[in-house]
This record gives sequence, structure tokens and C-alpha cells, in this order.
Amino acid sequence: MSHPFRLADPRRARQLADAIHLLAPREPVKLVHVCGTHEIAITRHGLRRLLPETVRVLEGPGCPVCVTPAADIETAIRIAERGAVVCSFGDMLRVPGYGRSLDSARAAGCDIRTVLSADEAVQIAKATRREVVFFAVGFETTAPMTAAVALERAPANLSILLAHKQIPPAMAALLDLPGTGIGGFLAPGHVSTIIGAAGYEESMAHRRMPVVIGGFEPLDILYAVALLLRQIRDGRAIIENGYPRAVESAGNPTAQRLLAEVFEPAPAAWRGIGVLPASGVQFLAEFMQLDARRRFDVGELVESPEDHACRCPDVLTARAMPSDCPLFGTRCTPLSPVGPCMVGSEGACSIWFRYEGERAL
Amino acid sequence: MSDRITTLHGAGGEVMDRLLADVVLPRLAGRPSGRIPLSAADDGATLDLPRDGEIVFTTDSHVIKPVFFPGGDIGRLAACGTLNDLAVMGARPLVLSLAAILEEGFAIADLERLLDSFAAVIDSVGVSVACGDTKVMPAGELDGIVLTTSGIGVAQRAVSDAGLRVGDRILVTGTIGDHGMALLAARGEFHLTTALVSDVAAIWPLLAPTLEIAGAVHAMKDPTRGGLAAALNEMARKSRTCIEVREAAIPLRPEVRGLSDLLGISPFDVANEGKAILAIDPAHADAVLRTLRRHPLGAAAAEIGCVTAEYPGRVVLATEVGGRRFLDMPLGDPVPRIC
Repeated sequence: MSHPFRLADPRRARQLADAIHLLAPREPVKLVHVCGTHEIAITRHGLRRLLPETVRVLEGPGCPVCVTPAADIETAIRIAERGAVVCSFGDMLRVPGYGRSLDSARAAGCDIRTVLSADEAVQIAKATRREVVFFAVGFETTAPMTAAVALERAPANLSILLAHKQIPPAMAALLDLPGTGIGGFLAPGHVSTIIGAAGYEESMAHRRMPVVIGGFEPLDILYAVALLLRQIRDGRAIIENGYPRAVESAGNPTAQRLLAEVFEPAPAAWRGIGVLPASGVQFLAEFMQLDARRRFDVGELVESPEDHACRCPDVLTARAMPSDCPLFGTRCTPLSPVGPCMVGSEGACSIWFRYEGERAL
Repeated sequence: MSDRITTLHGAGGEVMDRLLADVVLPRLAGRPSGRIPLSAADDGATLDLPRDGEIVFTTDSHVIKPVFFPGGDIGRLAACGTLNDLAVMGARPLVLSLAAILEEGFAIADLERLLDSFAAVIDSVGVSVACGDTKVMPAGELDGIVLTTSGIGVAQRAVSDAGLRVGDRILVTGTIGDHGMALLAARGEFHLTTALVSDVAAIWPLLAPTLEIAGAVHAMKDPTRGGLAAALNEMARKSRTCIEVREAAIPLRPEVRGLSDLLGISPFDVANEGKAILAIDPAHADAVLRTLRRHPLGAAAAEIGCVTAEYPGRVVLATEVGGRRFLDMPLGDPVPRIC
């Protein structure tokens, strides 16, 4: 049963895999993507089996839920405990914060609602006189929707707990960490529709790092891997668009304008990684009244230490595969997660557990 | 009579008797189960059961939101759910019970529609209802209605879901994921409009002819909650065999594929209510497939894989692009992905 829009033709996949085998270096090379949707496609279609042994593809900090710091989750819970309605994406609910999650707070009586968009939080706020807080998690793909809410005169009882993150600064930060040894980046297609190929230039300047923007169908991913290996073979390091049917090199100017009108870059804490400069956003002065952290003064929270044995920090920085973690599939499963990578449905550990079981085939 | 269910309808008095006499019995008591049938309204019913073969007994409770969904309703679901459990045991369904727990305020017109759907299914398969029960719970303590059906059937020799043998061919009787995806779309949270309808249907008439082919059917299971993935895993685990399926061979409607891509929910993880998975002796696989395809409910039947000894207890999926991975048990209710 073939699908007109699915780029999964086995014959073409075989041709691309053959090209990849020809392009692959003799020495091991590590390619890193930063996107849960890429990881899902790679594992769901079993693409790693089509790659040569020398080519390893790892997920870095690609799951917005996983990289949201425990302090932000605790902040959301404390706001809910003050009587506000907290609106969150469903994915966020089970992620442990300081020993408790939004889910357990809800069981304890807090009013926490699952939404599929920022706009749903606006509708909830319009239907009540209570304070409503939207927990704004996500990368450049979701941030413009939050900005649109701010610009469209949000109801007075709505505020926003900002936890948006920007991908290119995180990619640059990975290169500066010891032991990452990255040979190239497979850049996320949907983030790139917003920021364009140009959105990576500042972060990747002077770093001599091959970057290829890839789509999400199996053939898109194999094609992007082939382009990366060709850059590596030829000793080039450019930002290449392997997904031109969706990504313009300048990105989406309307979305970029929305972001620039509402936010400015700010340092942000990434769970398992630490604080990275200019990798988050904060409201510009004129939108400060929307900031839930100001409206509900719950105090400054510091990150609490994670379980020592959990290797989420290494998984999030592409220094380990999920199966390298001693807890993976034993003490840590999606039903009783230890680290954030097992909770978020875009987290590498959760995806590996769902699609590959305890071992790669 | 009030047009809504009140607590009096469950109180065992005159009001309840009228509900049974006016609404329930005319729809369900048409076919007597034995010497003392449902229409006698006694404390129990008697059953005339065949003297040979194995008696198969099963029960299932049904809750669903929305109660009326594209392609069916909870009445049709409650009948088909239990009939299909009997059918995949290889048992000809004979008799059902029906217990309803209703929320105070439930519209009686809706109850009538549900019972009409229920009756249409049992009449089409020739099954009688022997006994039943009605309870009412105060408004807010229940979400509309719960229907529990138990069923009895008779099999020449019951078919287990663990009888797979290495070399068997794995067949499905039609497209996968229709019910679950239709329900996800119908719940309205995603503001989606689709022409997709649930596949809820009684499959005994489809399966019965395959059991006539001697020695062909080694195992059967209906992929309801947890979908194809859960059912295949359960079959592999119980039989300690490995099931290898080819993704490209699994029949999917284009709407199901589209919704699956959109929501990030696998069609293999969501429920089917009118399908069966069969493990068939390889010598008879083609004959069984031809037999299934002759019935309208089996028009899209397909061979999707085979039973091997490679990874006992596991299910392996050969992906469309030529990759390979385990197809694991779904963890819980599928949640759409955000990004």
C-alpha cells in the first residue's frame, strides 16, 4: 500500500543507502540530529540498519520536553498551587520536576489542563475569571504561536510561563563540550522552515562544521545523511538545504517578525546540559505583564541534582546512545521513567524503548 | 414517561418495569434462549446448548466516548465486542447477556437507538439474549453509559491465540486502525473532519468458513485495544515464537495513514473492532485468504507476515524502506506528539 506523499520507496532507499556506503569514511563518524521527530522516523523505519557501521547517528538535545529544567516544572506546579489554571502540552505532564510532576500535582487537586496549542489556553482564559497560565515549551516551531498570542491582546487573566528554546545556540554549545566528537549536524526541517538555512549561520560561524537541513520522510533523512557524508569526504563545511521543498533559505519572515516583536534572546537552562547563552527567549519590556514568573512570585529555583546513574545528560549532548545507560530498559522505562529522555515522547530513550526494544536488530 | 433516565428507572419498581417492557424487551427478547427465556423475566434464563463441541464463555465491559461515533455506537460495539471474542475462539456465538449501567439524565431516545443497534447485530448473527440487568447511577458519577455483555458459544475445537507454529502465515482480515483513528478524529479535540468510519462489525460470518478448511487455522485473535501491535506481541509471547511482519503488506486506508502521520500515532497501536489476525498452516494460506476475500468484511484481507524462530516472544517489523525493527507492545493510551 503505497502513499502518494510518503517518500519511502524501497528501491530509492536502497540506491541512497548504496550512495551512503560509497561516501562513508573508513574511520567512524558521528552525525548528530537535534529533533525528536527525526529520531522517531529513524527508529520507526529502522534506518540505522541501512547505514554502514562507521556512520553513527545520535539524537542530541532534540526533545523540548526533555530539556525543560526541573525548576521550570516546579515553578508551574507552584503557580498551580496558588489556584491558577495551568495549561500544558500533554507530553509535559509526566516529566519529573523536584520529585513531583504536573500529573501528580493534578492528582493532588491542582487544576492542570492539557492543551494542543497556545490558542486553546486563550480560549480557556476567556471562559473563566480565574488566572490562567500557559506553560510555553518548545523550539522555534512553537514559539511563534506564543508570540502571536502576546500580540493579539491576550485576556487580562492569561499569563505565560516561558520555557522556549532556540536550537542553533544549543548546537554550537555541543561542539564546545568535551567528548562530543561531532562530525556533522542533521538540522531539523521544521525548525528550519522558521529560521531558514540562514538561521544557523551565526551559531556555526568559524566552526567548520557540516550542517544539512533534513526532512522527515525516510528518503529525506537518507538523502541528508548522504549530503553530510559528501561534505565530510570533500572537506567542506557549509549549511546545506537538503529539504528545499519545505525550507526557504531565508526561512519564514512572518514568523521571524512575530518572534522579534515579542521576544529577545536570553540565556536559558537546558536540563542535563546547563545554562547556554542566548539559547532561550524573554519578553521585551512592553510584554512583561504577560510573564507568569512576575505575576506569581514563586521565588528563584535552582536545579536539583539528577539520579547519578542516569545518563540523560550524555544522551542529550550526543555523548551516549540510550542503550549505553545502565538504567535503560531496566530501572528506567516509559512506565517508571528515571530521566527526562524516557518521559518525553520525543526523548531518545523513550523512542528507543518504543521502537527498538532493548537491542538494535 | 419521562424522556430521560431517572434514578427510578433503576429502582426495581413500576417505573423500571415499564422501561423494560416498553424499551428493552421488544428489542431483545425476540429469540428465546431455552425453556425459560428473557421474556419470562425470571431470576435467570435456561439455555438449550448443543451436546457436542466445546462451550466457550467470555465477558467484556464497554465504555466509549462519544457514545455515537462514525460507523457505530456503544450498542453495536457491545454486541460485536463479545461476539468477536467468541468468534476468534472459533466458537459459533449462541447467546448473550446484557447489563447496562446508565447515568441519570441519559436520553431514553438514545438508549432506544443503542438497543436498536445491538438488536440489529444479534439478529444478523442469529444470537439470543438470555438475561440482562439495568442500574442507574446519579448524574456525574458515570459518563453516560456502561454496557457489559457476556457471551456463550460453541466450537468444534476452540482455537487459542497461542497455537502459532514456526512456518505459519500471518493473515489479517482487512484494513488496520480504522476504529481507533475514527474515534480519535471524532473526539473533536483536533478539529479534524474525515470520512473515516469505525470498522465495528460481527466477524463470525467471515471467520466461520475458514474453520471448515481442516487443519488450516492454528491461532486467532482480534486486535482490539492496543491494536495490531499488542495482539501480535501477545500471540508471539504466549506461543514463544517470533512473528515477522512486512509493513508494506499491512492494509491501511489512506485516511488512517494520513491521520497517523498528522497525529504521530501509529495505526498499529490503535483499536480495531471488526478484524481478526489468523495464524494459518502454510499449506492452506492461499485457500484461507481466498475464502476470507469472498466475504465483504474480508475484501481487503492480506497475508502480512510469517512465524519464525528468530526472536522467540518478539514481533519484528520489516519496514517499508527496507529497515528492520521490533514492533513492541504499545505502552498505554496513545498521545499525539507536540513539537
